[in-house]
Amino acid sequence: MTSLLLSLEGVSVELPTPRGALRAVDRVDLTLMPGHTLGIVGESGCGKTMLSRAILQLLPKRAKLAGSVTFGGRDLAALSPEALRKLRGPELAVVFQDPMTSLNPVLTIGTQLVETLQAHLGMERAAARRRSVELLAAVGIPAPEQRLRQYPHQLSGGMRQRVAIAIALSCEPRLLVADEPTTALDVTVQAQILDLLAREQKRRHMAMILITHDLGVVAGRTDEVAVMYAGRVVERAPTPKLFAHMRMPYTEALLAAIPKLDSPPHTALPAIAGRPPDPTRPMPGCSFAPRCRYADDRCREAKPPLIDPGRSGGLYACWHPLALPTGART
Amino acid sequence: MAVLEIEGDTALVSPVRRRRSRPSGLFLVALVWLALIGLAAILADFLPLVSPTDMDFLGKRAPPSAEHLLGTDQLGRDMLSRLIYGARISLTVGLLAPAIGLVIGGALGMLAGYFGGRFEVITVGCVDVLLAFPPLVLALAVTAYLGQSVLNLTLVIGVLSIPAFTRVARAVTLSLSQREFVVAARTLGATHTRILMRELLPNVALPLLAFFLLGVAVTIVVEGALSFLGLGVPPPAPSWGSMIGEGRESLDIAPWLAFLPAAFMFATVLAFNIVGDTLRALTDPRPATL
Amino acid sequence: MPDNASNRAAPLLSVEQLTVEYPVSGRTLSAVNDVSLAVGRGETLGLVGESGCGKSTLGRAVLQLRRPTAGKVVFDGTDLTALEGEALRLMRKRLQLIFQDPIASLNPRRCIGDIVAEPLIITGITDRAERERRVREVLTAVGLDPDLVWRRLPHEFSGGQCQRVCIARALILEPELVVCDEPVSALDVSIRAQILNLLEEMKRRYGLTLLFIAHDLAVVKAVSDRIAVMYLGRLCEVGPTEQVFGRPAHPYTALLLAAIPVPDPTVPPTTNVAAGEPPSPLDPPSGCRFRTRCPRADGICAKEVPDLRPTTSEQSVACHHPLTDR
Repeated sequence: MTSLLLSLEGVSVELPTPRGALRAVDRVDLTLMPGHTLGIVGESGCGKTMLSRAILQLLPKRAKLAGSVTFGGRDLAALSPEALRKLRGPELAVVFQDPMTSLNPVLTIGTQLVETLQAHLGMERAAARRRSVELLAAVGIPAPEQRLRQYPHQLSGGMRQRVAIAIALSCEPRLLVADEPTTALDVTVQAQILDLLAREQKRRHMAMILITHDLGVVAGRTDEVAVMYAGRVVERAPTPKLFAHMRMPYTEALLAAIPKLDSPPHTALPAIAGRPPDPTRPMPGCSFAPRCRYADDRCREAKPPLIDPGRSGGLYACWHPLALPTGART
Repeated sequence: MAVLEIEGDTALVSPVRRRRSRPSGLFLVALVWLALIGLAAILADFLPLVSPTDMDFLGKRAPPSAEHLLGTDQLGRDMLSRLIYGARISLTVGLLAPAIGLVIGGALGMLAGYFGGRFEVITVGCVDVLLAFPPLVLALAVTAYLGQSVLNLTLVIGVLSIPAFTRVARAVTLSLSQREFVVAARTLGATHTRILMRELLPNVALPLLAFFLLGVAVTIVVEGALSFLGLGVPPPAPSWGSMIGEGRESLDIAPWLAFLPAAFMFATVLAFNIVGDTLRALTDPRPATL
Repeated sequence: MPDNASNRAAPLLSVEQLTVEYPVSGRTLSAVNDVSLAVGRGETLGLVGESGCGKSTLGRAVLQLRRPTAGKVVFDGTDLTALEGEALRLMRKRLQLIFQDPIASLNPRRCIGDIVAEPLIITGITDRAERERRVREVLTAVGLDPDLVWRRLPHEFSGGQCQRVCIARALILEPELVVCDEPVSALDVSIRAQILNLLEEMKRRYGLTLLFIAHDLAVVKAVSDRIAVMYLGRLCEVGPTEQVFGRPAHPYTALLLAAIPVPDPTVPPTTNVAAGEPPSPLDPPSGCRFRTRCPRADGICAKEVPDLRPTTSEQSVACHHPLTDR
């Protein structure tokens, strides 16, 4: 157990809203080993972003956090703001969806990189500058010397995301949280950024949490996948296992709803009827029951726990899991 | 073959009804105060008040009594009566002048923001010229040539308020007219008039109205300042500004002569601001998001 | 499935050598450059490309929301670029647009019933009962319960439901051509499939011709009969969907296809997808605009702009070294 880098136990996040408390994250347990990649997949509003904020201790002030987040043996919720600040950078780093929000628009790329290095690693200015050039080159930015003098708005979206990654990697973090890092980018640039993240992760033996709405993004680039729905993890398994034998009907339906390149045009998509439930009105049973074609009374009355009855390494929260040798991949 | 799985979606339509946050107590107090002042001003002639210009030289600067509830001023005129008749002038000018700005400035701003081009350049240019004009000099010039009257005062302040309304309306219209719903109306073949009236006006009106209430507050202060300087309503008609001006001479012996109108003005201006802010918050169709 | 050969004879929409330019800080941005396209009646043409490639501008230019600098947009025999004022306004109801952001494309202060009835009022249908009947009909067609949604404001609905309202508003006048500008990009995966299915259903029901603009190739493939690929304002490749996706002739199409993440861990993700990013459209490369990222580029690519040439009877490609040469 000591080898775990990150472990979440019973993490819940509640946000007060005019319509009552909104349970954005509902009793989530997760673990992550050093150097491994965990994909968190879900649609908007499923709580994946709030979960990442809970890990980073960057929740909005009014949010209520329950449960424990243990990182490298320390309970993050118990740390002082000062200790947390020291942790971010050398231990924990984050890449957001929109690099414009994480980069300061009035400072040059160089200033932002050099200052991060100076503040966290106590580097000399000249050394920090040399290191910045190396970092920019490592994330695939051409002519890094010149780029140091540019402002974020002078770069394209893909380049900005590369800079944000360079800043996140600058202090050699042990865990990188990438929150939809490629959603705002074009498909060819997305492939490059995902490659870059995978390469740097391997090189630095860094753990990564890759948060996305796209099952295609996690398929080839994660060790384990957690699928979230309405604030809960509804299925969690090693990536190859998850895609080979989906047990939770939601995961199956989500995969089936993605248009496939190998099906002929005008193929009707097996859409998931309805929409996700209102998180301010918790349901007694399974949150997916109203949209699930296997649902019965039991599903509507009792919440299925996230368990692994077959000791097969894959957990799921469903009363009527899909049969093991599934034809899940249509 | 397409299977439309829409039944579930329809069944799940459960949009939450708009729940307005309860207006605060402060808002209610402000509303009551404005209602009281407004009613008193409208019904001043029918209220059992002493004439505001009747002088009682024996009872100069008298403290509050049964006869004069709020005392008398330096010429022995009833303070309560003068405050209420003063409210009449302050509110008339305060509401009418920004109304001129709202109508003319709002229309100009919307047209400039929507059509752009040369019309916008000319409008913005004129507005900038008007903004650069020293307001006191204009007020002085107008009162010097046309004489002091409530109408002239209202017109001067009204004209001076046009640029601000034009700018607000233009800014809001500019951002809205790039929005998809306006483009959608264009693809439907809607005429310019229809887009302006049905798509833009309802969205521009509220920011403008909120700005109008702010304008009322500012105008009451401006009217007070002009009257204080002797450029406003001619004596002996009372206005809050001129009352403060007259009370200034006896600040040391009878401070309430200046304080009472100042307090009325303060409370009224504050009330307009509170009402304006609350109305804007209440009428936003999007509830505070998560 | 529409018969392409007969449609080619008299296309409903034909875009001829269209160029759209606009000034950007003193320079001229050529967003669409010499593009020619034809869309047959009843056909869905998918227009794909990355952001900034001019696909949205082309869509807006077809609808005359942005007037083109040069070229023609011929719709059912009429050149739209020559129309002005009232004539253009009357033509508009035959062409409609569906936007990417469904919530922003609904007026936040008008209720759903009014929003969907608006096109009828604009076209001068004064009979209230008639209007109500048609609004109810179209709302039901897009899968919304008229009684439930009529009095509500747009913000009370989810993105998917707002997109249904937008589709209802676009369809109530029974247009012939609908330009769908990234209609599902802002929606969640599970909702996306619902809306794509709905568009297909509506296309059949109302006999629509669609110009479907999107950056997601899989989405485009799901609905399109033919595909046009754009890069930096110019067309790279046009052809039937199965052919373009099965045997891409342009290196850029091949790159796009390779970059799509496949939801299957047994397929290794493609690495080293073309170096770099699209150059600025303000300063496009000489000759072939894709040459700076193209593995096959050589001297001629820098000198000469490749023309769109047919490779098969139906597929055309603008490349000096098409992949079919092998």
